[in-house]
Amino acid sequence: MLNPELRLNPKLFDADVEKTAIRAGFGQGLVEAGTQNANVVVLCGDLTESAHALEFKEKFPDRFVELGVAEQNMASVASGMAAMGKIPFITSYAMFSPGRNWEQIRTTIAYNDRHVKIGGSHAGVSVGPDGGTHQATEDIALTRVIPRMIVICPCDATEACKATVASVSTETPVYLRLARNDTPIMTTPDTPFAIGKSQRVWISEKPRVGIIACGALLYEALLAARALEAEHIDCEVLNLSTIKPIDEEAIVKLARATGRLVTVEEHQIFAGMGSAVAECVVKHSPVPMEFVGVHDRFGQSGTPEQLIEHYCMGHDSIAKAVHTVLRR
Amino acid sequence: MLTDEKRIELEKTANNIRESIIEMLVAAGSGHTAGPLGMADVLTVLYFHTLRQDPKNWEWPDRDRLVLSNGHICPVLYAAMAYAGYFPISELKTLRKFGSRLQGHPHREFLPALETSSGPLGSGLSQAVGMAIADRMDDAAGKRRIVCLMSDGELDEGQTWEAAMLAGKQGLRNLVALVDRNNIQIDGFTEDIMPLEPLADKWRAWNWHVLEIDGHNMQAIAAAFDEALSIYEHPTMIIAHTIPGKGVKEFERDYEWHGKPPKPDEAKMALRELRTLGGKIESEHQ
Repeated sequence: MLNPELRLNPKLFDADVEKTAIRAGFGQGLVEAGTQNANVVVLCGDLTESAHALEFKEKFPDRFVELGVAEQNMASVASGMAAMGKIPFITSYAMFSPGRNWEQIRTTIAYNDRHVKIGGSHAGVSVGPDGGTHQATEDIALTRVIPRMIVICPCDATEACKATVASVSTETPVYLRLARNDTPIMTTPDTPFAIGKSQRVWISEKPRVGIIACGALLYEALLAARALEAEHIDCEVLNLSTIKPIDEEAIVKLARATGRLVTVEEHQIFAGMGSAVAECVVKHSPVPMEFVGVHDRFGQSGTPEQLIEHYCMGHDSIAKAVHTVLRR
Repeated sequence: MLTDEKRIELEKTANNIRESIIEMLVAAGSGHTAGPLGMADVLTVLYFHTLRQDPKNWEWPDRDRLVLSNGHICPVLYAAMAYAGYFPISELKTLRKFGSRLQGHPHREFLPALETSSGPLGSGLSQAVGMAIADRMDDAAGKRRIVCLMSDGELDEGQTWEAAMLAGKQGLRNLVALVDRNNIQIDGFTEDIMPLEPLADKWRAWNWHVLEIDGHNMQAIAAAFDEALSIYEHPTMIIAHTIPGKGVKEFERDYEWHGKPPKPDEAKMALRELRTLGGKIESEHQ
């Protein structure tokens, strides 16, 4: 069942569940962060509306910088602004930031210890018709390997807003992984959020499999858990929105309670969230694992639904992975 | 204008800095020789005349910022900082050693008085542009200046031109960049590797105010930074023509000296040359 302590959206499983883009929650978070802290500035590279920096630009035009299509410059300009006491958010598509400007993020932001926040929209194959060039499926790997970097992949727009606001108070660079498409709202403003803290979204008395998900696919994981419950296979679903620093305690606890894990992410299965979970589990409590994600392939054009299905990341694929791990 | 007395004092300091560079490099056993020697005069003018900084209170918020984009010439930065009083001159010989504050390329985690960590080329100007934009947001422009030092070789990096466009667009008058136009890079002469000329025209095309100077003339260096103060609508680019390896005849104008340190016997020869001002005087150290 859904964990009542988290005060989740009561209409979560309704056919008409509200859907909003995770990137829109980021845009709202930028305005909130900017209202709370006058040092917050936003930089954009010719994607102001799409990357949801527009709301901030309209409210705080003097704290907004348009840099043109130049993501490498954007990362380092933000570093310079942070050196002068600003809290810069750089906004673009994940494929370009942190994709194209990875070295600038690594050296001029993280190595330089400048507390720039990176909002990468259009992560995952659910970008849809734009095709594989615009679908970042490697960005968790790229960012989590950088020392000092916090990596957050919010599950919905509401959580994205909270993560954006929370990232301001971290004395470190932060990567916020965002998605383009409208996806179900699972959490509410009352749902607790803290960077580094996972949430037990679906709980069972005696779970046999732990499902760990991040991003919008958390919804698919919940659909799978509900369907499996009807088959008398009890699961627990963890929302691992902070991938780094990883919530070791919750993951190890889940691994010990269930003895079997399935990870779910809209990212390459190599070096992403699932790998981070595996690193943690192998060290403390090794258990069989299955990885739901993109299996060493690039994306392509299609509707988000078609692509999630094609790359085997929907609720049926998750349920299948649960069955597989139970046989091991 | 520098007084004659001040100019002579700066020239002496630059010579001391060059001696320290040779000593540091030979002690380290690796590092870059040509660039640091070539930029000794510019760094001397900056640290002993132009920059508004306080080595004893290096966190002073209103200080001028110096961004060294081409981090590999850090021996000259470290030496200038030591002579200016940021840390003891004796520490210079720890360059590139384990645990040293003087990392092989500047790292502000080890030496917090550095404004940036640098090494990978082409990103310093972007950081300086960011500082200048933030400075203007705080309405502090005019109070403090952002100075960025770059090499000519690193102008091959596309990011430099992204930053150049943005600085021109923003009309950052609080920003002064200086390119060390020594015409060499690792693989050879810049015009053979990747031609940069017409260099001044390139910067003018992006709405920079451009000056070209002799990078070994103390008076010209100081005057260029002064002139930049009077330019109100554009960032200023100073193209400083320098001789790589300047001060040691055997090292001058030879790109082979870009990325290697002198061996002990070469260092001995170089130090003798610097201490006797190229044979013009009897050395008091001999």
